[in-house]
Amino acid sequence: MNTESVAVTPEEHFQDKVNREVKIEPRDWMPEKYRQTLIRQISQHAHSEIVGMLPEGNWITRAPSLRRKATLIAKVQDEAGHGLYLYSAAETLGISRAEMIDQLHSGKAKYSSIFNYPTLNWADIGAIGWLVDGAAIMNQVPLCRTSYGPYARAMVRICKEESFHQRQGFEILLTLSKGTEAQRRMCQDAINRWWWPSIMMFGPSDDASPHTAQSMKWKIKRISNDELRQKFVDVIAEQVKILGMTLPDEALAWNEARGHYDFGTINWEEFWNVISGNGPCNRERIAARIAAHEEGAWVREAASAFAEKQRQRSGGKDEKAVA
Amino acid sequence: MKQYSRIILYGDYGDREVAGSGGQDASHRDWPLWEVFIRSKQGLDHKHVGSLHAADAAMAIENARDVYTRRQEGVSIWVVESRYIHASNPDEAESLYDPANDKVYRHPTFYDLPDELTHM
Amino acid sequence: MISDKFLYTLFLADNALILGHRNSEWTGHGPNLEQDIAISNIALDLVGQARNLYQYAAEQYNNYRDELSGLITSPAFNQVQGPIDEDDLAYLRDVNEFRNNLLVEQPNGDWAKTILRQFLFSCYQQLLYERMKQSADLQLAAIAEKSLKEVLYHVRWSGEWVIRLGDGTEESKRRMQEAIASLWKFTGELFIAASFEKALASAPTAPAASTGAPGSPMETSLAGLVPAPESLKETWLEKVAGTFRLATLDMPANSWMQQGGKDCIHTEHLGFLLAEMQYLQRAYPGSEW
Repeated sequence: MNTESVAVTPEEHFQDKVNREVKIEPRDWMPEKYRQTLIRQISQHAHSEIVGMLPEGNWITRAPSLRRKATLIAKVQDEAGHGLYLYSAAETLGISRAEMIDQLHSGKAKYSSIFNYPTLNWADIGAIGWLVDGAAIMNQVPLCRTSYGPYARAMVRICKEESFHQRQGFEILLTLSKGTEAQRRMCQDAINRWWWPSIMMFGPSDDASPHTAQSMKWKIKRISNDELRQKFVDVIAEQVKILGMTLPDEALAWNEARGHYDFGTINWEEFWNVISGNGPCNRERIAARIAAHEEGAWVREAASAFAEKQRQRSGGKDEKAVA
Repeated sequence: MKQYSRIILYGDYGDREVAGSGGQDASHRDWPLWEVFIRSKQGLDHKHVGSLHAADAAMAIENARDVYTRRQEGVSIWVVESRYIHASNPDEAESLYDPANDKVYRHPTFYDLPDELTHM
Repeated sequence: MISDKFLYTLFLADNALILGHRNSEWTGHGPNLEQDIAISNIALDLVGQARNLYQYAAEQYNNYRDELSGLITSPAFNQVQGPIDEDDLAYLRDVNEFRNNLLVEQPNGDWAKTILRQFLFSCYQQLLYERMKQSADLQLAAIAEKSLKEVLYHVRWSGEWVIRLGDGTEESKRRMQEAIASLWKFTGELFIAASFEKALASAPTAPAASTGAPGSPMETSLAGLVPAPESLKETWLEKVAGTFRLATLDMPANSWMQQGGKDCIHTEHLGFLLAEMQYLQRAYPGSEW
């Protein structure tokens, strides 16, 4: 018989499980801070999916072929699905979706700053798929192993579905890169505008990232921002050659000694400004979300009222659980 | 030690709603949460895949169809309002599940039989 | 006859595309996430149907170019070199060459109007495709059969919403009643045959025609290819009235009906929709996308 009866605190027991890669499930004891961190991170991720529908949704009605139209609808719709999976995961932590949405609308909750940039030409849809989804996937794959069970399961589903998004984006750019001179210009223009924001997506560099150490210990986060960013730059610097395009960074160069690409300095001032509301589209994005939510209020209310009437008609069999 | 264990999750939503959630008015409250179970193909069990919001059961099934079977993931859907799910308490996990640990005789490998014996 | 079938195929395709396009305007703006996903799914179904139909229309056009080329006069379309494809038909025809019903081009308005538009149209589409899947034209029959599965779901989904909103709150009922007032006048033309429908439907649809009389000349089997729209009207009205009753909504008194869509005379809305939808193809002619 195993009789390790040394008194362990719940916190130690919890950390031990995390260390042994045992997933934490909703009803398990967890430090309040862990729960709060997860709620913040998962809801932020969910908000990013939902706000991210807007810049791409812009182009659904202008997609240049029926095939592109169908695949873009499918992709943007997937993002709604991903937002939904993530909100559901966060809801297991005891916060309601309505609360999270309020936090988004009031500005209390953040979302990925990249979606505050405008989509100005059709190639932007390709660039978003290739660069933005590419960066997102790189961030998300390690999260499939994150310590919180519902979050990890949502991420597995999301990663499986996202794999077509990046391919779709690259295909759009590849077609443009083989097209007319005007199309090639469109393609390069989009890459120029999306490159820097996309590498900012990995977040502040490790020494300026306040939550990293604790999140790594809890295995909410598995790989550091800078490490992921470097990996992304290495991959994209090669892929851009297939397009015959360039990345807008004169400092970009292969470093034999490091075995990685060196790249230029990120404009963190821009990053912090866009995050804190000064990006080109912050106001439009949130206004669009609030409008959809408010215009939907009477619809949600009507459906609830109808469901309630139905319950009463069926003799109230389906009554509320005893408090 | 118990202070953090009042986490609200599957099966507890109803309690919170009855208690009133954060003073939100009716127009602001969301549709109830439903858990979704999908049979991926004939012959397999329904498996929990996630949750969603819906005003009624018909809508919950349709939402589940639209949200969770966009890629032919299923042939049959069950939905149940989350508040009707009762869950075991993880604090009792040891007493509930550990006793099965030493009952190895429930597994076929426990029995030592000659290799010549086949079809068993 | 060849031109009638071509125009009819375009008419079906235009209906699917324009309504799909309208629904896709909701993507990212739905009343909640679940419904955003649901309406986008319907948009996808309809764009998919449109593609099948345009591909078939393009095939007809390429096979019978001499007979059909006079039917599309838009300069952009006539600049296409070689065989045409689905996108040439969707993106290069002018607004006065689209044959969709007026109903599907109406702006989304609120959720009530969108739902009602979907319900009125899907009920019609269901009846149409149920008959068309027996058509002697095997392509049309196959497209109808495939689409029908999707349409049945659209009818169910939108019908449930009509009931929910009609019998929901005061406000939702008022909005539904307003939607009915604004859309009802566009339902009449669904059941009035355009010249190309008359020609194709002039004999009753005969399921036997596809299997019977081997070697019978192509010409004779063309008549009766599609259902006569008038023949769908009564069942459609019953279905709609039944749902309205459950929804506690008033059926409009028989009022004046607007027509013109099938003969290319549209409301003002379609021009704006196409200007947006077609702009890239028009601005960069001859490009691959």
